Amino acid sequence: MQLINMKKLALILVLLISFIPVFAQPGADVEMADTLRSNGRIYVVVATIAIVFIGLAIYLFMIDRRLKKLENDK
Amino acid sequence: MKFIYQTWWKVLTVLVILYTLFAGLLLGVPRLPIMHETIRNVYFHVPMWMAMFTVFTISVVYSIKYLISGKPEHDLVAVECANTGVFFFVVGLVTGMMWAKYTWGEYWSNDPKQNSAAIAFLLYCAYLVLRNSIDEEQKRAKISAVYNIFAFPVMVVLIMILPRMTDSLHPGNGGNPAFGKLDLDNRMRVVLYPAFIAWCFMGVWIASIRYRISLIEYKKNAID
Repeated sequence: MQLINMKKLALILVLLISFIPVFAQPGADVEMADTLRSNGRIYVVVATIAIVFIGLAIYLFMIDRRLKKLENDK
Repeated sequence: MKFIYQTWWKVLTVLVILYTLFAGLLLGVPRLPIMHETIRNVYFHVPMWMAMFTVFTISVVYSIKYLISGKPEHDLVAVECANTGVFFFVVGLVTGMMWAKYTWGEYWSNDPKQNSAAIAFLLYCAYLVLRNSIDEEQKRAKISAVYNIFAFPVMVVLIMILPRMTDSLHPGNGGNPAFGKLDLDNRMRVVLYPAFIAWCFMGVWIASIRYRISLIEYKKNAID
């Protein structure tokens, strides 16, 4: 009785473990920019984009302020 | 209307978009075949459409308001929102084409989503052409307000509903699973939802600047 249970348990365990590589499969071999980010070079790109966006934002704020002056003149 | 003259929400919008630029490029994303790192485009391509929907919605609300009140200011809001919406429409379409080239294989594969988005684009171009073709001010405002009220639901049906009823390469359509249960995990949600909200306000900001300029122009013309 106990032996059968042990066998069953072992079987379940083996089946469970056999799932692990199946779970690990999707995505593991998908090429991502891992090395790029670990090298840290991606920060340069992010900084560039950030500078461009900050510049545009400041520009928008300046237009906003000029408009406010025009509106107050009236 | 006092809202558009305040500064705090503009600062907040800029800060949140800055956050999504950093977080969107540096935080982890799910590893998906075909998509690879391009999944990050979700943070920048989809918010363009959210911004477009926001300003088009404001536009149609003010068209209805114009028909009720007859105030020329309401007509100005409607047209400047539509102008801003067309800008985000173009940006959304072009970023979508860029993304499609590297995931679907072609810039334009005559996908239902792409085609109906193009038709909806023409619908709003027609709105702007219609406006410019009428000289008389009140007539122009009235006719284009009515047109806008009809164009808006057609645009929503074309972009959101029709492509979902057929097979489309675009996520969320036909037999395709959306970016949702499977592809979008919580790591992405903390960037995506703030990006949606912030870009909507960005659209409102730009539209409000356009509106204020045309209000000055309008007043100047009224005095002359």
